[in-house]
Amino acid sequence: MKLSVLVLEGPYNHQASDSAYNFIHAALAKGHTIQGIFFYDDGVYNATKFSDPPQDDRHIVKRWSELGAKGIDLVVCVAAAKRRGITDEVLAPDIRISGLGQLASMIDESDRIVTFGD
Amino acid sequence: MAAKGKKVMVTVRKAPHGSIYAQEAIEVMFIFASYDMDLSVVFLDDGVLALHKGQDTQGLGIKGFMASLGALVDWEVTNVYVDRQSLRERNIAEDAIISIGKNEATDAPIMPKVLDSAEIAKMMAVQHGIVSF
Repeated sequence: MKLSVLVLEGPYNHQASDSAYNFIHAALAKGHTIQGIFFYDDGVYNATKFSDPPQDDRHIVKRWSELGAKGIDLVVCVAAAKRRGITDEVLAPDIRISGLGQLASMIDESDRIVTFGD
Repeated sequence: MAAKGKKVMVTVRKAPHGSIYAQEAIEVMFIFASYDMDLSVVFLDDGVLALHKGQDTQGLGIKGFMASLGALVDWEVTNVYVDRQSLRERNIAEDAIISIGKNEATDAPIMPKVLDSAEIAKMMAVQHGIVSF
């Protein structure tokens, strides 16, 4: 099945981005395809390369970049990002900034859209 | 254009001003409508509070989005529904909610449709995708 994932919460403060990651991990292991991952609302904070958690903690941003390096399309909403200071200069590798139209396209091209939020 | 014709629902479940969810949900509605999706919008749970008449965000120092909600029709967001049970639980009368636009010819207000949860559930069951705020 082709899945897209929408993340609405920032990392560490809320379980949503961990749950989204674990869901994607499990879906890929079962042979599903991830069409795209879209970050909206505070979810855009998942994309800052300046995130630097303690070494004994999981590195949430790096995990996203690793998925991006595998060829999964990770998109940050430009309007939500601008509000929160997430620009191309602070963007972690293999994640891109684009518009909400990308979310519309992801939904169109997927069998399911799964939202992770509060 | 991408996404043309597919049935997509946006739900607003959270109270309007304590967080940004309702506001950014409206942005999503506008974009989805502009992509010619077969869009429906449902206000339920605390989300129904967003449609309660007579709100003023001036004292909060935030830009209100009540004007956007009152003009959803102008943005081609026309299939707007409200959960009856959620209104009742919050003691909001069905005529105490705002209109989402005006009929161009008659100037009559266009109201969101109040539906029972069971009817909304039926609508949910036939969507291609649901985006939940």
